[in-house]
Amino acid sequence: MSKTVLKIENLGITFGGLKAVQHLDLEVKEKQLYGLVGPNGAGKTTVFNMLTGVYKPTEGKFYLEDKNLTGKSQQYINHKGIARTFQNIRLFNNMTVISNVLVGLHYQPEFKCGFFTSMFRLPRHFKVEDAMREKAKEILRVVGLEEERNNLSCNLPYGKQRKLEIARALATNPKLLLLDEPAAGMNPQETADLMDIVRRIRDEYNMTILLIEHDMKFVSGLCDEVTVLNFGTVLAQGDTKTALNDPEVIKAYIGG
Amino acid sequence: MANTVKKSSSRQFKLKYHINYMLVALVAVVLGIMSKTGVITSRSSLEVLQQIAIAILLTVSLSVVVGFLGELSLGHAGFMCVGAFLGGKFANDLYPLLDVFKKREFSEFLEKIDYKPLADLLEKIGYERLNDTSELLILIACMIVGGIFAALAGLIVGLPALRLRGDYLAIVTLAFGEIVHNMFMTAPEDIFGGPSGFKTPKYDIYSLFIIALVAVVICIILVQNIMRSKHGRAITSIRDSEIAARATGINVTKYKLIVFMVAAFFAGVAGVLYSFTQTKVQTEHFTYIYSIEILVMVVLGGMGNINGAIISAVLITFLDNWLRGVLGEKAIFHKLIYAVVLIIIVVYNNAPALKSFREKYSLSALMGNIFKKKNDPAKPGDDEAKWHRVPTKIEIDEVLSTKIQRDPTTSIKPDKGGKK
Repeated sequence: MSKTVLKIENLGITFGGLKAVQHLDLEVKEKQLYGLVGPNGAGKTTVFNMLTGVYKPTEGKFYLEDKNLTGKSQQYINHKGIARTFQNIRLFNNMTVISNVLVGLHYQPEFKCGFFTSMFRLPRHFKVEDAMREKAKEILRVVGLEEERNNLSCNLPYGKQRKLEIARALATNPKLLLLDEPAAGMNPQETADLMDIVRRIRDEYNMTILLIEHDMKFVSGLCDEVTVLNFGTVLAQGDTKTALNDPEVIKAYIGG
Repeated sequence: MANTVKKSSSRQFKLKYHINYMLVALVAVVLGIMSKTGVITSRSSLEVLQQIAIAILLTVSLSVVVGFLGELSLGHAGFMCVGAFLGGKFANDLYPLLDVFKKREFSEFLEKIDYKPLADLLEKIGYERLNDTSELLILIACMIVGGIFAALAGLIVGLPALRLRGDYLAIVTLAFGEIVHNMFMTAPEDIFGGPSGFKTPKYDIYSLFIIALVAVVICIILVQNIMRSKHGRAITSIRDSEIAARATGINVTKYKLIVFMVAAFFAGVAGVLYSFTQTKVQTEHFTYIYSIEILVMVVLGGMGNINGAIISAVLITFLDNWLRGVLGEKAIFHKLIYAVVLIIIVVYNNAPALKSFREKYSLSALMGNIFKKKNDPAKPGDDEAKWHRVPTKIEIDEVLSTKIQRDPTTSIKPDKGGKK
């Protein structure tokens, strides 16, 4: 079948004595929409933090297209092709919508432009700047924010801020996109909209997407495969429908 | 293609962006003419202008650290000190070379090599002018050398800045400023003159003033160029959210170092200029109090606002000097009044009761009338401005649909109808 983009082997992290995540094995294939679900405190965001280099895993390894990225710096991992969004939105609030995306484009090789080139306004600076703006507009079009590109990002409504975060992550041209609760705080209309956008991103950019979400409708509507975490360990894994209907999973969610 | 028809957007000349250094340059030309024709004759007024130029250099460079990178630096006077002492020292070492032009030895030397064109050329230029030009070149060289040394000091301070944030960094920079200040004070007296300071070559105050203004204009242009480029955006993104900046792949380490070095460089240049205006360079000028004075100017000018920084540097330096002059022997009150004025400015800018007054008569409102906000990417364009907040998708759809089936007699405008 299609090739593996992300491979996680026996990943785990402990904070002091607390085993936040243990023995996580996971494999995400190319162009797959993979869900990571579980009750609050299950360690989903911790997994994301390990995958993006915020935390260094205490055991196990993960590979992006056979490249071992375990314990590398955030910026290195980003350049190698993992981009993320945050659970509590972290936009560059005092910058315009388009500038947020332009920051994401910063390290793209085609927009390379030295510090002194910009400082002394050499011709390359203008060329790069224009090309970046065109590209940013194109990305904003995908998430439907092109019209609002000149607004400050803090003035956007919540749903649009989430979309902008996705756009910014997309701008770094990743191989794997990590979405941390993209639909949190959205109304049903916006959620449906977002599902469309996520699908479109996958198709247009051949993107592999790993997402955390509590909205089960969202997960079952989008994801091909899921992993259910509870207290840092894998509860169920595999095809979305079967995994979510697993009695263990239902028990973990509803209790009893 | 659309973008070939339209003129490249980033290349368009936007007056709003260039007005600040153009104004400074204009002021420089006017003042230059005034002093040449003898309108300004007093030395003291030129000295005040010189001080203002130095203050602008310091404020603009510090505003890069505080306003754009979002780190609090209390050691700016330290960088200035490095520039003043090392640049001044460099000048002292270079200056004896100038004697060559004054002495007859030089013409003997020319006779000895017996190269006619060179001798003719020198004769044509005249030794006096040659001397002046090389004096000027030495000054410029000193400014660059002082700036580079200060930038190296900035690199040293920038390294802890990578690990520290906020108050902790402020304390480190404060300590740095004091260390530098004490280091030069206790340095061997034959090099830096110890607590009593050392002498720098004497320059004509008029030409110093012109050079200072040129340095200011160059500084503003370069800082602005950095801030309005991809690198500037990377720096501001670190201020807004360092975690997100890292996750977006920004090399936070590199940019923090760059910012500290750029700011220190211009502070060093300001230090060299300062050292030439003084008869004696003393360390006591560069204490943390001076750092805080610079910080006050930056904060008053508005964080991340270069134009504001320039205006507040001019106003505060002028106020300081004017008060000192007016009060005369009651000069002990001068700091008190200075403080009260600062408090009034801060209160005026934040009091809710004065909001409407401010909006009507503030500089930005007056400027806004001249430059329509349409071209400013940092503010909403005209189209968006009519929404008091950002419209939701439903609202946009509504507007779009009414636009499509526009019929002046039947179209209903749901929002505006209620208000009127």
